[in-house]
Amino acid sequence: MPLSLVVEQLLNGLQFGLMLFLLAAGLTLVLGIMDVVNLAHGSLYMIGAYLAATFIGVTGSFWVGAALAVAATAVVGTLLEVSVLRRLYARDHLTQVLATFALILIFNEGVRIVWGPHALLLSVPSELAQPVRVLPDLGYSAYRLTIIGAGLGLAVALFLLIHRTRIGMWVRAGASNRAMAQAMGVPIRQVFTVVFAAGAALCAVAGALLGPILAVQVGMGESILILAFVVVVIGGIGSIKGALLGAIVVGTVDTAGRAFLPMLLVRLASPEVASNLGPALASILIYLLMAIVLFFRPQGLFPVRI
Amino acid sequence: MIGCRIAYLVVALLVVAALPVGAQPRAVKIGFVSTLSGGGAALGIDVRDGFNLALRHLGNRLGGLGVEVVVADDEQNPEVARTAVDRMLRRDRVDFVTGIIFSNVLLAVGEMVFANQTFYISPNAGPSEYAGEQCNPFFVNVAWQNDNLHEAMGHHAQLRGYETAFILAPNYPAGRDALNGFKRFYKGRVVSEVYTRLGQLDYSAEIAQIRAARPRAVYAFYPGAMGVNFNKQYAEAGLMREIPLLLPGFSADADIIRAVGRPMVGVFNSSHWALEIFNPINRRFVEDFRRTYNRVPALYAAQGYDAALALDHALRAVGGDLGRRADIRRAILAGFDTTRGRVRFNRNGYPIQDYYLRQVEEQTNGEIVNRLRGTIFRNHGDAYVGRCRL
Repeated sequence: MPLSLVVEQLLNGLQFGLMLFLLAAGLTLVLGIMDVVNLAHGSLYMIGAYLAATFIGVTGSFWVGAALAVAATAVVGTLLEVSVLRRLYARDHLTQVLATFALILIFNEGVRIVWGPHALLLSVPSELAQPVRVLPDLGYSAYRLTIIGAGLGLAVALFLLIHRTRIGMWVRAGASNRAMAQAMGVPIRQVFTVVFAAGAALCAVAGALLGPILAVQVGMGESILILAFVVVVIGGIGSIKGALLGAIVVGTVDTAGRAFLPMLLVRLASPEVASNLGPALASILIYLLMAIVLFFRPQGLFPVRI
Repeated sequence: MIGCRIAYLVVALLVVAALPVGAQPRAVKIGFVSTLSGGGAALGIDVRDGFNLALRHLGNRLGGLGVEVVVADDEQNPEVARTAVDRMLRRDRVDFVTGIIFSNVLLAVGEMVFANQTFYISPNAGPSEYAGEQCNPFFVNVAWQNDNLHEAMGHHAQLRGYETAFILAPNYPAGRDALNGFKRFYKGRVVSEVYTRLGQLDYSAEIAQIRAARPRAVYAFYPGAMGVNFNKQYAEAGLMREIPLLLPGFSADADIIRAVGRPMVGVFNSSHWALEIFNPINRRFVEDFRRTYNRVPALYAAQGYDAALALDHALRAVGGDLGRRADIRRAILAGFDTTRGRVRFNRNGYPIQDYYLRQVEEQTNGEIVNRLRGTIFRNHGDAYVGRCRL
């Protein structure tokens, strides 16, 4: 197997994993601190992508448009928290699942009404459209490298924010024991609004960056949300470090599975069988991974210490 | 009092007699199920717009009958399509069903339509199942059999002498038909045959495999949003210039070119239809389509247009008598004038026609369009008709 193929697949896995991390980071904090199952997290990613497509179209600049979309999605997140989610904290998980599932339907229909049923197309910024030589025989998309850079940068920033600042301390306190943190005077309610808005902003970053690679369309949040939940469960609920490592593991395993499993199967079975079995097995792979992790470490790989 | 009642009765009877019910031939009802939202929407919308344009050109009449069209969006989901078609057959009592884009959707509803003795006139989906053993007297495809455009490109790849090829398609009936079609005429070595999930949008893993396999050519069947993404990512990976990308018309038509832009220039693709096919029907279709919808029509639009022409031709042949089903079928199969000239059909309901080589080109005015480069097949049918007992 040539080195360039392995390197390219690792880069693909890293790129996908870091985008999953941006979604999982908000999700894991919301689940860890307030114990809320928010299925509508993927909708914030969709809203972010649509707003990015719109602002990029209006301003004519990819980066200005994306920045505006991130800010606007944070506002949407804040409004959502204040108006709807706040009422769900005291309810049980089933109620939260039902209510946030309803939010998915409302957001999807709302987007359809505002932007229409067509997928929106975003282009890679022209300065990043050319491939970059990573190895002598491998030119890798400059845009995907930028995504990797942005994802790593945000991961480091988030890590410093959570582990080195006062608000980060509050967040960690809330994640390990909400009642105790509240008793010690942590303004949990305000912290949570900020966390939710930040989570929404991270979703928008992912939506804006993935927009030119994928397509901006109704329902784009649902398929990726499942993977984000897998990341949260593997990494340990409420843990940023867990979300980062879990996301990279899931991204790499998913990409590698899609790339290498069919190649392995072709040696064992006929191309017909291999081509049917390969994608099916590859999509099972990450759930298998989740089951194994949960079997040995039911709290996830990096549980929040209590 | 009694006289008064009789007078009312007479007036009522006069009113009833004056109503046109039963006096004129009824309108023909068409159930139009298509993919109008999601990643395949561009295809369904093109078929719909082409179909509507033909209806307008025909004065909103088909074979002299008034037309009523019932439209439904299948969301590219077989279950949604089943519900919509069931409603059309039972509640709306449509005379014809048309419009379906994706083969897996058509295969989910076909039996239901045929069992109801209703014609399905396909403007797109042409699964091999309905061409062979499961061929049906109530099925006609006015466009092509799923394998056809791929057979043409396979033949072209063979003529160009590419020794090795890497071939890809989505994992669904038309995807498997596509690669089988390509392999039927391509005699070089297929280094890898990859099937991806239907609707997949990130092809980074597959593109890495292509780069590692170093084939002489790549053949990829990806319609709609899948095609837009595959082509964009293939170009961004810098492969467009290193390994020639061969495409069926579905992956390189106006809908895809609009979205991908300049990286598409130079790509060869196969099609049964082209903008510059020279006949009065096509010229009127292309000019009026551009004027009406303000965009270049893709091959799907021509197929939608031709589906309406098929209905008009058939209903004209039976004098608007919807009961003469065998004659309706016979009239379509005998051939009629389309945007591609006169097209005849095999006994399985699939066309026998020419297939062309096209190349994407940038015009001097900056517009990027497909240009005809030659003919690959003349009077080409499909590989399955021998197994059809009709």
